Amino acid sequence: MRDWFVRHRIAAGIAAMVIVVAAATVYVVTTVRSQQPAAAAKGAPALTYVDNGGGQNLVTRLDKDGNRSTGALKCLRVYTAGGTTVCLKMTLPGAYSASVLDKSGAEVRSIPLPGTPSRARVSASGRMVSWTVFVTGDSYLAPGGFSTRTGILDLETGTLVETLEGLTTTIDGKPDDRTNENYWGVTFGDDDNTFYATLGSGNTTWLVKGDFAARAMATVRQSAECPSLSPDGTRVAYKKRGGRLGTWQLFVLDLAAGRETQLPGSDGVDDQAAWLDNDTLAYAKARQGGAPTIYSSPADGSAEPTELVPTASSPSP
Amino acid sequence: MYVASTRSTNGLGPSSPGSRIPTTVMLLGTVSLLTDISAEMVTAFLPVYVIFNLQMSYLQLGLLDGIYTGATAVLRLVGGHIADRVHRHKAVAVAGYGLSAATKLVFPSIGASAAGLGGVLAIDRAGKGLRTAPRDAMISLVTPPDRLGAAFGVHRTMDTIGALLGPLATFAVLTWLTTSPGPIFVISFGFGLLGLIVLVFFVRQPARERVPAKKITLRDTTDLLRDKAMRRTTVAAGLLGLATISDAFVFVVLQKVSGVSPEWLALMPVGTALTFLLAATPLGKVADRLGRWRMFFAGHIVLAVVYLLLLGPFTGLPLVIVTVALHGLFYAATDGVLMAHGATLVPERLRASGLSIVQTGQALARLASSVCFGLLLQRLEFTWSVLIALGAMVAALVGVALLIRPEVAR
Repeated sequence: MRDWFVRHRIAAGIAAMVIVVAAATVYVVTTVRSQQPAAAAKGAPALTYVDNGGGQNLVTRLDKDGNRSTGALKCLRVYTAGGTTVCLKMTLPGAYSASVLDKSGAEVRSIPLPGTPSRARVSASGRMVSWTVFVTGDSYLAPGGFSTRTGILDLETGTLVETLEGLTTTIDGKPDDRTNENYWGVTFGDDDNTFYATLGSGNTTWLVKGDFAARAMATVRQSAECPSLSPDGTRVAYKKRGGRLGTWQLFVLDLAAGRETQLPGSDGVDDQAAWLDNDTLAYAKARQGGAPTIYSSPADGSAEPTELVPTASSPSP
Repeated sequence: MYVASTRSTNGLGPSSPGSRIPTTVMLLGTVSLLTDISAEMVTAFLPVYVIFNLQMSYLQLGLLDGIYTGATAVLRLVGGHIADRVHRHKAVAVAGYGLSAATKLVFPSIGASAAGLGGVLAIDRAGKGLRTAPRDAMISLVTPPDRLGAAFGVHRTMDTIGALLGPLATFAVLTWLTTSPGPIFVISFGFGLLGLIVLVFFVRQPARERVPAKKITLRDTTDLLRDKAMRRTTVAAGLLGLATISDAFVFVVLQKVSGVSPEWLALMPVGTALTFLLAATPLGKVADRLGRWRMFFAGHIVLAVVYLLLLGPFTGLPLVIVTVALHGLFYAATDGVLMAHGATLVPERLRASGLSIVQTGQALARLASSVCFGLLLQRLEFTWSVLIALGAMVAALVGVALLIRPEVAR
């Protein structure tokens, strides 16, 4: 055996390499062929999402009768409202961009992003656009450190704020002079000026309320991430650490009453929820060991979530 | 100087004429190239995979990765010692490369578990830790001492080509083939396996000087530090390592200071890698003539210049280009060159152990400096953080210049 190996090692090595290449090719071809577009559950409401099942991340629109329409747009994260769509996608290895499209699907603006996309949002009118990215490696080796950048684009004036760190912030009424802070997960009010976002610094997160024209933000309360303002502007949904293992759960805060309601069955979520209407939230959550799945949940926390679309993510109304 | 470097050995049959690089070095370069494609494919895919396929938070992963990098640096010592002890560098290298290749197939079955992903990454790092010292020892054992710098330069060039191709492969698959994670991991596994096959079938264990039936003990390894040149090299590399801030920080500070658009962040590592791969071989050759320790030292002076530039004497794209080019030169002048220098200090029978000591000291020092600099960045202005790093580098350079005398420097 040993002699045989010594004499034929070149031939055997080449044969082994051919087998590896052939096996990998067969696997990849069969996997790509067997991919199925995500199938929505019966009775799902109208919804736009990224189809992860089809293997192309195609943005898909589901109308209220359950008909799917799929264009050529491929995104990691998408949000659409008021005729404006923001699509966060990879443009080069390690490089990403936010593509802003109008009602006809034509690109009106493309903004290079400094990291891996995380959140995307458009105001109800379609005028204000925002995104959050993780800056990969920023604080890679610093214990407890990580970094996000959040940008806001005003399509009417063309104003682009590349990072919210440039705005003034007051924390619990005091001007903020911290050097290390991160903002993420913007949601807009229907006046196209008010917005909510998350401020993180050290081990604390805050829900902040911002005034875009004044370039100012102020903290509202602690421990609330990735807010999402209801269409009527009375409630904010956000994720908050509360699960057994410090996992996130979704909560809905009544802004006037200050009352917080937990959404059952949302344990382990990591998404910025989207309001499908004033009573319903949608969010994506990975099933145990599986692909992300879009769920919907009544905003008053009265029932367990229902599965809307398996192997899909990034829901927007 | 140690006896080891006075003997010209070429483990691969007839010694190659002229200034050619031994076949074994080219083959080990190929193994590293294929393995790096495999590794960097996954590294480039991981952020997207974690955030979008698993819907997990990225920060959990970054944390774990930092911890494991430090813990597994120590495994280099283990790999080096075992390789010397059983007289089989190749077998230990095969185990290391095999372990890393195998992890690529485990990823899909882990799912969205931070602990599980961290564990797989740790095993991947463990494989890297195990294989590095025996592989570098093999390179040094088959190369005549006057060409060590060139040989390590060629190896690092090929290694870096792989590191550049990996992310391109991931991007190509995601863009044109599929966004589902299975194929990325299987293709990455395939490249890892190809590298392993080249190692197993084509690379031969270098023949070494006969040591009359003397077992290598842990004592032999620790005794290496009794040798003055070896001890000074390890301490000096460690000192300079303590003043070396991680690439990620260099790029982040550079982007802010230069004022270029954040999209350049993605291209900066590519620029560093390109300069590194272009300059590694020529600088290795120069190091063979002028002195490898001198080249290693000069490389750190270049890094000090990089820090100076991070203070922003000018701004814009020119600053980015000059800084990134110098940063690549720093790697080209130090990475393989340190191993070439180290190889001349250690006898053949303890080659892998000796190289692993130098590597581990440097790796742990760099980890410590990254953690410290990360904390500095969180608390201080960029300028102050960079000034502190610059001060540390100048202090280390002065300390090392006094510590390492020229007679042991070559």
